[in-house]
Amino acid sequence: MNNGRYGEYGGQYISETLMNELLYLEEQYYHYMNDPDFVDELNTLLKEYAGRPSLLYYAKRMTEDLGGAKIYLKREDLNHTGAHKINNVLGQVLLAKKMGKTRVIAETGAGQHGVATATAAALLDMECEVFMGEIDTERQALNVYRMELLGAKVHSVKSGTKTLKDAVNDAFRDWIARVHDTNYVIGSTMGPHPFPMIVRDFQAVISAEARQQFLDKEGKLPTAVVACVGGGSNAMGAFYNFIDDEDVKLIGCEAGGKGVDTPYNAAALTNGKIGIFHGMKSIFNQGDYGQIAPVYSVSAGLDYPGVGPEHAYLRDTGRAEYVPINDEEAVEAFEYLSRMEGIIPAIESAHAVAHAMKIAPTMDKDDIIMICLSGRGDKDVRSIAQYRGVELNE
Amino acid sequence: MSKIANAFKDSKAFIGFLTAGDPTCEKTVEYILAMEEAGCDLIEIGIPFSDPMAEGVVIQDANVRALKHNTTTDDVFDIVEKVRAKTDVPIVFLTYINPVFFYGYEKFFKRCNDLGIDGIISPDLPFEEKGEIKDIALKNGVDVISLIAPTSKERIQKIAGDATGFIYIVSSLGVTGMRSEIKTDLNAIIADIRDVTDLPLAVGFGINTPEQATQIGQIADGVIVGSAIVKIIEQYGENAKEPLSEYVSSMKKAANK
Repeated sequence: MNNGRYGEYGGQYISETLMNELLYLEEQYYHYMNDPDFVDELNTLLKEYAGRPSLLYYAKRMTEDLGGAKIYLKREDLNHTGAHKINNVLGQVLLAKKMGKTRVIAETGAGQHGVATATAAALLDMECEVFMGEIDTERQALNVYRMELLGAKVHSVKSGTKTLKDAVNDAFRDWIARVHDTNYVIGSTMGPHPFPMIVRDFQAVISAEARQQFLDKEGKLPTAVVACVGGGSNAMGAFYNFIDDEDVKLIGCEAGGKGVDTPYNAAALTNGKIGIFHGMKSIFNQGDYGQIAPVYSVSAGLDYPGVGPEHAYLRDTGRAEYVPINDEEAVEAFEYLSRMEGIIPAIESAHAVAHAMKIAPTMDKDDIIMICLSGRGDKDVRSIAQYRGVELNE
Repeated sequence: MSKIANAFKDSKAFIGFLTAGDPTCEKTVEYILAMEEAGCDLIEIGIPFSDPMAEGVVIQDANVRALKHNTTTDDVFDIVEKVRAKTDVPIVFLTYINPVFFYGYEKFFKRCNDLGIDGIISPDLPFEEKGEIKDIALKNGVDVISLIAPTSKERIQKIAGDATGFIYIVSSLGVTGMRSEIKTDLNAIIADIRDVTDLPLAVGFGINTPEQATQIGQIADGVIVGSAIVKIIEQYGENAKEPLSEYVSSMKKAANK
């Protein structure tokens, strides 16, 4: 790794004001990751607080129904706060605390990363402020209250498209004014180096556990690992420890929205072009002249006009493949997994479920698919009801 | 001597920023010419971007206004072409790197060369990533202006050592926008830079009053003002020429007090 490059992607395209802080963060990160006390403390939190290791669950009914590959779910939805986000957040907030910071900030789309950051900040006694697009604060009012309950202050971001990318902009704008006491706890494998590396490393626990769990349960590795990709943190975590196992297929599922041939999608790797934004060179949805394009998905967590640089690299090298899943397919998978296994997945994770449903019947009974079930779907029940035209009265 | 150096030659330079296409491309041409006439030594033209991460609300809003009627990079070049028909005042672009990358570095800097653009300031291109454009820009006679921030500390030496044109000293932490006072110890930063280079030093971020311009004029070679100018354009829209001229001339005078 040189200067946070993944092939031509990555890098540190950020204000000079933040450069020393990023270099310091990288140095401190390496220092603490080599400090057995820090690693111990983090592992204890992951075990005792977040509830790791997460289960690797054999989805028997789904497997029989689809009639092909054996399907396993890596149950990140069972973590405290209900998603994989806590893995990264515990690492980053603990690191911030060790670095002597007293305040953390975060961006959030649907609110999952904001809730996770507010949770870790409460636990570790840090001040916490979360930036969330105004439109998202309206769509996810419950999560706003949840963050406030956890002691965080939520800023409603009114600039630009008033969604996730604008929340990232405002988080950086806040950080640039308060580098001395604040760490930016970024929510995905994106942004300037060292963030894509740090987030990937903290999420890699997913594949580290899964790899061992497969060896224990099946005596072999899965044929394919399937995960949804917005910025790409759960997918990077689910892929990472399988990258050297060349026989394990890695498949990322992007938000195809209303279709990749319409303007209403967030499938950067399908429709995007190489660009430089949010501190990194990567693939972004952009219009003529390099203006960042507004994106759309039924899933607020995948509603981001780009993808982390390591995913762009894995695509270019052919190590991973990326497919778009549209809203309708994701919603059907959301309903399918609920009925079939009694597990309501996050609508983000349902994109991965949908792709597994497509490929499992074409595969052999000896094949194994691991779906990274990155989060639980309680938060989505209302919007899926709305999508289906069901009126809920509360 | 480069045209940028000319801007600092006789007096403390006043550097004015505006966003291209705000409120219209025609008005941008008119306002640039008016600013020059009122004493602006170097014009900084912002290429509008959807996500101006280093800007405060005032300049963010100017970007929104310019993009509302689809001001493109080609439109910005057209603006410069019209300005160049009237004056050879030094001009630098302020642009996030993505619009330049998307346009194509070769093509972008070739056009800059044709139109006599003297420099480029990119807020998301720190020293570590300057290699993206440094060679192509210099080949086309465009200086890549280096920024030095209050947090730069030991980085000053390598940044200043590699700088060309002038050095942009960021006065304060945070994004662009008018500030009531500048708290950073600019003297210390300037002394560190002076150990390395004799390039002209201009200070920006937050400066908006004549008193501040005088203060900066006493320690640096130039004063950069953005948000205060953009605010006048926001307030007066298509009728900003006179208030802009008055403001620029008062600031130029104050910087040389």
